[in-house]
Order: sequence, then structure tokens, then C-alpha cells
Amino acid sequence: MTETGNPIQNVRWLDAEKTVVVVEAAGEIDLHRSAAFQEALLEPLKKHPQRMIVDMTGVSYMDSSGVASLVKLLSRVRRDKINLRLAGLTPRVRNVFEITRLDTVFELYPSLQEAIDS
Amino acid sequence: MEAEYRPVSNFPDSSIKLSIVSTPAHLPVVRATVESVCKLMEFDEPTRGDIVLAVDEALANVIKHAYQGANDKPIEIALRSVGGDKTALKIELRDWGEQAEPAKIKSRDLDDVRPGGLGVHIMARCMNEVNYVHAPDGGTLLTMIKTL
Repeated sequence: MTETGNPIQNVRWLDAEKTVVVVEAAGEIDLHRSAAFQEALLEPLKKHPQRMIVDMTGVSYMDSSGVASLVKLLSRVRRDKINLRLAGLTPRVRNVFEITRLDTVFELYPSLQEAIDS
Repeated sequence: MEAEYRPVSNFPDSSIKLSIVSTPAHLPVVRATVESVCKLMEFDEPTRGDIVLAVDEALANVIKHAYQGANDKPIEIALRSVGGDKTALKIELRDWGEQAEPAKIKSRDLDDVRPGGLGVHIMARCMNEVNYVHAPDGGTLLTMIKTL
């Protein structure tokens, strides 16, 4: 009944030079899964991308521990001068960002395509 | 004047109770139950999301702070439709862990962008009432109310 799978379903690079990486998150990201989420988010940074897009289209639920993982990621990418974009937040997930006013801190895009094209 | 009581036909005036241990693995089960109760009471979709989030944050705080990460400690959750001027969902969370001074449980400055410490703020924003009391036999009773 509980989700135990990896909250990161896929990591793909959009170009041969590996400057833009898309990380596809999925499922419910709560206290149970946020540690694995955070660890998996940091992994692609080892290859020094210029831009990281976290595709949240498949994330059905996120609590403050999931948000905390993204805040830690934000701190890291700012230090390394990497552009971070979050894409495809469902209304419930976006609501958590709005309640905590983090919707003004992160770059949020309605869809993955818009995050790639903008 | 006596307060109007509006019974909710799908959710008679009795509690639904859950007893869990303090493992994060149980959080999805509690969320699913709370979601079901909110649907029975006919809360709209955004409000259901708020209530589920508030309960989840409250439980996460119990696990992290009251029980300091121990995953085998008892937590009891009671959900009840209550009457009055407005019908409301009353949620009680009981733990037997370390007590915090209720007056010191408050939101932090949101302009300080850093991980953690957002649960209390989220609960206050999502619910109409959030109240902590020390239980006489140890631990804490958290009561949260959301009006329909």
C-alpha cells in the first residue's frame, strides 16, 4: 500500500554536451521518500549541467519534507551557478509552494515543454 | 439561540480511529483515510488537499520531534464530524512522546529560505483551528478543526 519505489523515475540529458538535464520525479514524496528524492536529485549535478529541469508532472503529492529536498537542491545549484526549473506541478503540489511562498523563489513552469522551450 | 446542527448523511456523528506506529511508511495509509473521510463529508477538492496536508505535516512532526525518529511508538488519530453553527471535521492526534511547550510551537519567518520548519505554518494555513495541549498521562493531544 505504501510507495517504496525510487521517486526519480528517469534522468535524461537533452543534448550531447550534457548541459541540460531533465529529472523525472513521480509518486508521493513525503517523509518516507524525501531522503531518497534528495539523494537522487543531487546525483546529476556531479556532471556539472548548466540547467536542471525537475519534471514534477507525475508527482501526485508532496509535503514539506519533499519541498525541503528541493530547497536544499536550490541552495546547491545557486552555489554552482546552475539554472533550476520545476515543471508540471499539479494543483495540490503547487499549493504547498504557494502556502510556503516558495512559488516566488523557484522558477515554476506549467509543463515540461515550456520549461525546455523558455 | 441554539446553534444549528447540520448532520452529514454520509458521515454519522461517530469517530473513525486509526492506531499506527510512528513510521513514515504509514503516512500514505493515513492520508488515504483522511482523503476518504473528507470526500464523505463533501469537502471540495482543494480543501481536501489542505486537510490531508495538515494531517501529514502534524504526523511528520510527531515522528521527527516528539518521537525523535523512533519508528515503533504509538500514535492515535481520530476523525469526527462535529456540528454547531457549521459542520466541521475535527481531527485529534495523540502521541506519548516528548512534549514541546505549546506556546513555543509557531511558524518561522518564510522570507528565510531554508529547508525545514514549515510544517506548523502549513497546518495553521490549512486548518481553521490548531490547538496543542499536554496530555495528563504524558505526550500531546493536537486538535485541528476544518469547517465545511
